[in-house]
Amino acid sequence: MADPAASGQLLDTPLHDLHVELGARMVPFAGYDMPVQYEGILAEHTWTRESAGLFDVSHMGQAFLIGPDHETTAKALETIVPSAIATLKPGRIRYTVLLNGEGGIVDDLMVTRPAEPELDGRLFLVVNAARKDVDFPMIAAALPEGVRLEILDERALIALQGPKAAEVLASHVPGADEMGFMTSMDGAFDGIDVKLSRSGYTGEDGYEVSVAAGAAEALARALLSHDEVKPIGLGARDSLRLEAGLCLYGHDIDETTSPVESDITFVLQKSRREAADFPGAARILAEFNEGAVRKRVGFRLEGRAPAREGAEVLSADGARIGVLTSGGFAPTVGAPIAMGYVETGHAEDGTPVKIIVRGRELPARVSSMPFVEHRYYRKPA
Amino acid sequence: MTTYYSKDHEWVAVEGDVATIGITDFAQSQLGDVVFVELPDVGKTLAQGDEAAVVESVKAASEVYAPISGDVTEANDALVDAPAKVNEDPEGAAWFVKMTVSDKAELEDLMDEAAYKAFVESL
Repeated sequence: MADPAASGQLLDTPLHDLHVELGARMVPFAGYDMPVQYEGILAEHTWTRESAGLFDVSHMGQAFLIGPDHETTAKALETIVPSAIATLKPGRIRYTVLLNGEGGIVDDLMVTRPAEPELDGRLFLVVNAARKDVDFPMIAAALPEGVRLEILDERALIALQGPKAAEVLASHVPGADEMGFMTSMDGAFDGIDVKLSRSGYTGEDGYEVSVAAGAAEALARALLSHDEVKPIGLGARDSLRLEAGLCLYGHDIDETTSPVESDITFVLQKSRREAADFPGAARILAEFNEGAVRKRVGFRLEGRAPAREGAEVLSADGARIGVLTSGGFAPTVGAPIAMGYVETGHAEDGTPVKIIVRGRELPARVSSMPFVEHRYYRKPA
Repeated sequence: MTTYYSKDHEWVAVEGDVATIGITDFAQSQLGDVVFVELPDVGKTLAQGDEAAVVESVKAASEVYAPISGDVTEANDALVDAPAKVNEDPEGAAWFVKMTVSDKAELEDLMDEAAYKAFVESL
């Protein structure tokens, strides 16, 4: 049952030594030696939902797009994403996707327009670790003269997620608790320069803190000194995002799935749909208007047995209608859940299906998502 | 009673003609939080190396192989409702199945406690 020792080719994040010191079990992930768990996935998952969890997401790719003004930089990015970037207000973050020519998803990413007027013309990008080598050349190739991509190799990214994240972070960055969800600002964390975003991928309130690699460990230790904060591994990160109904690239979305099939049509702002000027627009808009053949949905299983990626989904009358792309035991739900793609005619909430696990048909129902309600901070009006 | 261990991290406690099978503490620590256990039906005949049970953690599913051949005489149904017992007491209350020992010679393929300990340390 032991994993074979990984090759010596793995990269370390700036927090690697800290993970080892904290007793993490390290595993290879996207080319990095990463902590999969510390005390245990269930405990870490629950701790994040009830208090605050610290996640090292430094393996993710950070970069600036730098142009002469916001409009120019945003229009350059809009040639490869379907979201409205030009109309993004200062200090706001948008989740979007890079598209290939067929409207398939090359990656999902966060795009931030800095709040600071002196940074106008820059966009801060965070992409998936495993897609850096695909994304960055693709973005660079799409840029006009005067707009350049600056990859930030020397920065760490630390997420603090959970209902106590705001009070903890505000004790180091005054005012952090007053930021709206999906907003960003530059600030000082006990004197350390940080790019602070109120965002995350757990369904909870929280932050992502981008910091110079050399200051990352001091920042992480400062957060971990709070009784409310524990380190959380990739195992719980996965169960948390699954309960939140959020896609994991390479599993729930990939170069064959479109934003309509994957049910993330919120990345298609109306102005861009009307302009129809993004890669794969013909396919994506046809699916948007007429419906896609398949759709990403959630599933709740009736028994205790988890069903995992790759399991086939059958209709009540036994026809093959789809396949799971993620699945497992959901600690907060207390039952197995999954997500996957089914033929659109079977995608309605509550539709009974059967999921094949070890040759057995497990009863399940199509479920709306998220499985656990999002608790993002909404700034009072 | 003598306890034997397999390279797949199962233990077999033999008392007379009855063998009790479970997974080792090392196995449960590698699996992490166990959330599901599937046990064989009583009466099922297992050959050495057959899949005897399935144990799933939050992360992954793993098979538990029959370390010896025999017929299943009892399954620990308490694990089905309380799979976390596998993490709490893997080499005691959280046994998986009891079975007959159809070929005592197969026990010679297994390790004793000291050999298993050395095996785990070599991993």
